[in-house]
Amino acid sequence: MRKIKEFAADFGWPRIIIFLFLVSLFIVAPFVGVSISRSLSDTLNRFGQNAILVLALVPMVQSGCGLNFGLPVGIIAGLLGATVAMQLGLTGWLGFLGAVAICIPFGLLLGWLYGQLLNKVKGEEMTIAMYVGFSIITFFSILWLLLPYSNPAMIWGYGGAGLRTTITLDNYWSKILNDFLAVRIGGSFVFPTGMILFFALCAFFVYLFFRTKTGTAMTAVGSNPDFARAGGVSADKMRTVSVMLSTVLGAVGILVYQQSFGFIQLYQAPLYMAFPAVAALLIGGASVNKASMVNVVVGTLLFQGILTMTPSVINSILQTDMSEVIRIVLSNGMILYALTRKTKVSK
Amino acid sequence: MPKPPPLLSLQHISKSFYGNPVLEDVSFDVGPGEIVGLVGENGAGKTTLMRILFGMPVIAETGGYGGRIELDGAQVSFKTPFDALDAGIGMVHQEFSLIPGFSTTENIVLNREPMKANAACEVFGDRMSVLDRTTMRSVAEKAIERLGVKLDPETLVSEMPVGHKQFTEIAREINRENVRLLVLDEPTAVLTESEAEILLEALRRLAAQGISIIFISHRLHEITKVADTIVVLRDGKVVKEAPSEGTSVRDIAAWMVGRSVEAKRPDLATRSFGEEALRVERLWVDMPGESVRDVSFSVRSGEIFGIGGLAGQGKLGVPNGIMGLYAGGGSVTLHGKSVPLNDPKAALAMGMAFVSEDRRGVGLLLDESLEWNIGFTAMQIRGDYLKRYLGGLLKLRDEAGLRKLAEEYIELLSIKCTSPKQFAKELSGGNQQKICLAKAFAMQPDLLFVSEPTRGIDVGAKELVLKSLRHYNRDNGTTIVMVSSELEELRSICDRVAIVDEGRIAGILPPDADIADFGLLMAGEVKEEAAHA
Amino acid sequence: MTKRFDFKRFVADNVVVVIFLVLTAIATPISGLSANYIIQDIITRIGRNSFLVFSLLLPVMAGMGLNFGMVLGAMAGEIGLIFAVDWGISGVWGLGFASLVGLPIAVALGWLCGSILNRAKGREMATGYIIGFFMDGVYQFAVLYLMGSLIPMRSLAITLSRGYGIRNTLNLDSVRQSLDNLAMVKVFGFNVPVATYLVVAALCVFIVWFRKTKLGQDMRAIGQDQGVSNASGIPVEKTRIIAIVVSTVLAMVGQIIFLQNMGNMATYNAHRQTGFFAVAAILVGGASVTKATIPNVFVGVVLLHLMYIVMPRAGAELFGSAQIGEYFRDAFSYGAIALALVLHAWRKRRGVEIDRAGLRRNTVSPDAKGGKA
Repeated sequence: MRKIKEFAADFGWPRIIIFLFLVSLFIVAPFVGVSISRSLSDTLNRFGQNAILVLALVPMVQSGCGLNFGLPVGIIAGLLGATVAMQLGLTGWLGFLGAVAICIPFGLLLGWLYGQLLNKVKGEEMTIAMYVGFSIITFFSILWLLLPYSNPAMIWGYGGAGLRTTITLDNYWSKILNDFLAVRIGGSFVFPTGMILFFALCAFFVYLFFRTKTGTAMTAVGSNPDFARAGGVSADKMRTVSVMLSTVLGAVGILVYQQSFGFIQLYQAPLYMAFPAVAALLIGGASVNKASMVNVVVGTLLFQGILTMTPSVINSILQTDMSEVIRIVLSNGMILYALTRKTKVSK
Repeated sequence: MPKPPPLLSLQHISKSFYGNPVLEDVSFDVGPGEIVGLVGENGAGKTTLMRILFGMPVIAETGGYGGRIELDGAQVSFKTPFDALDAGIGMVHQEFSLIPGFSTTENIVLNREPMKANAACEVFGDRMSVLDRTTMRSVAEKAIERLGVKLDPETLVSEMPVGHKQFTEIAREINRENVRLLVLDEPTAVLTESEAEILLEALRRLAAQGISIIFISHRLHEITKVADTIVVLRDGKVVKEAPSEGTSVRDIAAWMVGRSVEAKRPDLATRSFGEEALRVERLWVDMPGESVRDVSFSVRSGEIFGIGGLAGQGKLGVPNGIMGLYAGGGSVTLHGKSVPLNDPKAALAMGMAFVSEDRRGVGLLLDESLEWNIGFTAMQIRGDYLKRYLGGLLKLRDEAGLRKLAEEYIELLSIKCTSPKQFAKELSGGNQQKICLAKAFAMQPDLLFVSEPTRGIDVGAKELVLKSLRHYNRDNGTTIVMVSSELEELRSICDRVAIVDEGRIAGILPPDADIADFGLLMAGEVKEEAAHA
Repeated sequence: MTKRFDFKRFVADNVVVVIFLVLTAIATPISGLSANYIIQDIITRIGRNSFLVFSLLLPVMAGMGLNFGMVLGAMAGEIGLIFAVDWGISGVWGLGFASLVGLPIAVALGWLCGSILNRAKGREMATGYIIGFFMDGVYQFAVLYLMGSLIPMRSLAITLSRGYGIRNTLNLDSVRQSLDNLAMVKVFGFNVPVATYLVVAALCVFIVWFRKTKLGQDMRAIGQDQGVSNASGIPVEKTRIIAIVVSTVLAMVGQIIFLQNMGNMATYNAHRQTGFFAVAAILVGGASVTKATIPNVFVGVVLLHLMYIVMPRAGAELFGSAQIGEYFRDAFSYGAIALALVLHAWRKRRGVEIDRAGLRRNTVSPDAKGGKA
């Protein structure tokens, strides 16, 4: 009994409640006429769509930079990759991989700049990251209007200048990962093999990275910067590397998200995108200064599962759509819980 | 002359932390208007005694204390520092406890501001009263005048010289209506000589006004100058209580450090050393609380060199500065090659390793496994414990190698743990210290700095740690520079012992030198003559 | 040492203000708007917005940074207004009623917010921001699901057709500009809402007075050093909560003043940008995370809103698209917040280093050889 209590205290009651909530949603689902297989399929789909964005938070948490509310910096790099690839007329696999290839240098550059900034404001990273994210999104809103894109599929039909708010990826690389080796079981269950594989690949790379000398040093910096310094490791350098990695992953993450969604969303759309990713990672059991692959997978599954299930199940029970309220309370409640929890710094 | 009844009487005070006795049967009195000088080495129990007197919660949390405290003949037992304040005891701590953006006046009357009531107080309570600035100022001026120093009531603390901050603190304590006893913990530590002079003068003035003072200082000449009675604590006991008149600084120094056991070092004759290994010239280090001003010494290959001295004098700054952890300057050479300062990586790469005094803060990754803790530095600096894949394109952590390394040292140093995967935070202090040693040994260093290796660990572990250092020196010929507050320890293991005082080396002595000589060096009394011993 | 006016230093210390001054100075002529139009709009906006911005002052004084949690007060004010409209209380009395209803809600929410922030010391701002998001969900739940079902509502005009929940837009005709019009005076041809200005002036007097009270002194002490304040017996946690409660209550009143001027209320969105505007305004006015004054509020409100008035038109004139102007002003407002926060964090770190360097001069003997540090 004490063990269970300890486990609960360690894992956190909010996470247990969320987990039980999701389980009960699945149990109730068939009774109110919601198809389980369809729900599972949706959940998996959304998992693949969002998981890399959640994964992108891990390096910065590990290096002690905290929750990366500045994820939009990476998203901007991804949007640049996608729009440039489209402008070049790349389609299909060439288009998607081209977008990935183009977004990486942008991500590295923006990440380096962002990392330099964060090194100057140690201890206040989170609030500043939030506003750096907001700033870069609004700043690029101007650029989307002004940059000389000319592909007619992307720009406003009438004015002739500026990118559209949403650009369809049909005829480019819409669902290219989702459909790759996709397995259909029964009527409504589709396993998006390609997308899940791509996530697994990214996760594996991150896993490998954390086993290299640099990755080890990065974890040590996050765990105890003084120890790392005494061991001859430059904390600033490691933090910068982590921010760059996080930004590139954010860029790739948004590309995967877009191909599954079928559209590129520009302008203000990515403004708040960091928040659900942060909530998912925390639900998965991460804290402000420790996160693992398991946290990413579990958290994204739980969070996306609830987002998928609440509209259908709750609607059927209460005849009203409370999913929005549940989403807001749940995700922000989780972040709040993590922020107010005494960070377990053993000293 | 019959003494008047004492104001404060400490009777048979004893206290232990987790079974370790820190104070045993401590008794002394403080008469009205008397200045008692309290001296003792670090860890002699001064701080604990003052904590008991002040009712610090940490005392009750660790099981309370034994004995009686009497104030004016009646037993008192303070639950919180505020009770002590109410009873008329004021305390001036070593660190300033002032609000930087407030003026002298505002700080002196902090949270005791005179106020003018108004209508809002009826509804919302006293805190809505407006401050009475005129009265505040006159109250502050009165306190400053009592102290007899020059202090502008309107200067902001952040813009004051250090000495004025100290005076502001004291003025705040004596501003209390009922203050009768003032405790000052190393008040002159941060002051210049002339400022200290003024402070001592002010203390005598206060005593003449009937305020009793307990004055804690390691500057023994200050003690002999200002105190009426001197109480010497050693290892938690009062070893001497003597009137200040007729007591020399040398006497106090001997009482302070003197233990009955003489350091016998028959091994000294047989020790032999090689060439000069480390040469330090005019080193300064900006380490908060442990500044090094100007230190020069040299260590020969295979030697165990000890650095001692009281806390805050800068002995810890020496290894921290040489290893690049705190900003510093001067010249350091290792086997004739210049060591770049302020660059921990370079210092490590040159074959030096460091066991930090701040075990939990700097020495360990508390939330990681023992394998990581032991192997980390070797991996980062020497590239050990990395496995090559894809023809060297990818190098990953060699988990098996790390494990083997950890197991080796767990065996060698008999570290008590469940497995190499256990987290460092779960180990006891002594075992954590051994992990720190293992981390340094894994670097296969040419020169090893060990800082406070036995601080806060139990007796058995202490022995083991010292033994492993001695063996490591014997078996590998590694030069060791050991910094410690425990003089006994230094004398038992080192070939030479340097004493640091006020950021400078006061003198270097053989370990079997007379104990009183060490004491005098620590008290900064023989700087000049011994500086180049 | 004589204090000469150091231009470089002045610019460095007020870089955010200077950037905004330059921006608006450039954009104003381009916009082609008439001076009369701009001045009238600014007069209106000072009355509308400054009360909200004032709500940020106390937490800054208490060292809690910019209180992003002030949106909780805005929500309380909105709930007050919903009831005022529902009960059909019109005019200034309606505003008074709304404040009375909002008061206990604001106090409760402020207490909650303050207690949470006490558990998140050192990251109050990020936490306050998330509390705002979280409470937005709770507000939605209360207003969209509870009102009309659990909480009885009288007026059918404001509830959704399904029988419960409040409509997306609340028409505030009954209290519309009732405070502004209470004493509208023409000064040099401009309409000045004197009553609103008097309320703001009263608040300024209150703040000046509050700084002189014991509680104000305690807040200043806590804002500078919690440890020392605690050791001298000031109840730190409680005082911090009081700062947030007062801030929340002021934000509640501020939101009511804001909305009475607007004349209608986006039930579920009205508070979402409140924190952003208030924080942007005070920072543009030259405040920092640790220091904010009454002039900061007025300078900030004028500058920020001047930009909001002229930017879209300037964008339209320059790029042929008002949209660009709007993006520009958003980018600059967010950028101003980011810049102000970065500068503050950076200065704080630099300050510590300068302190150390000053100490080093005392500790290091003058003839010791200098290292490269």
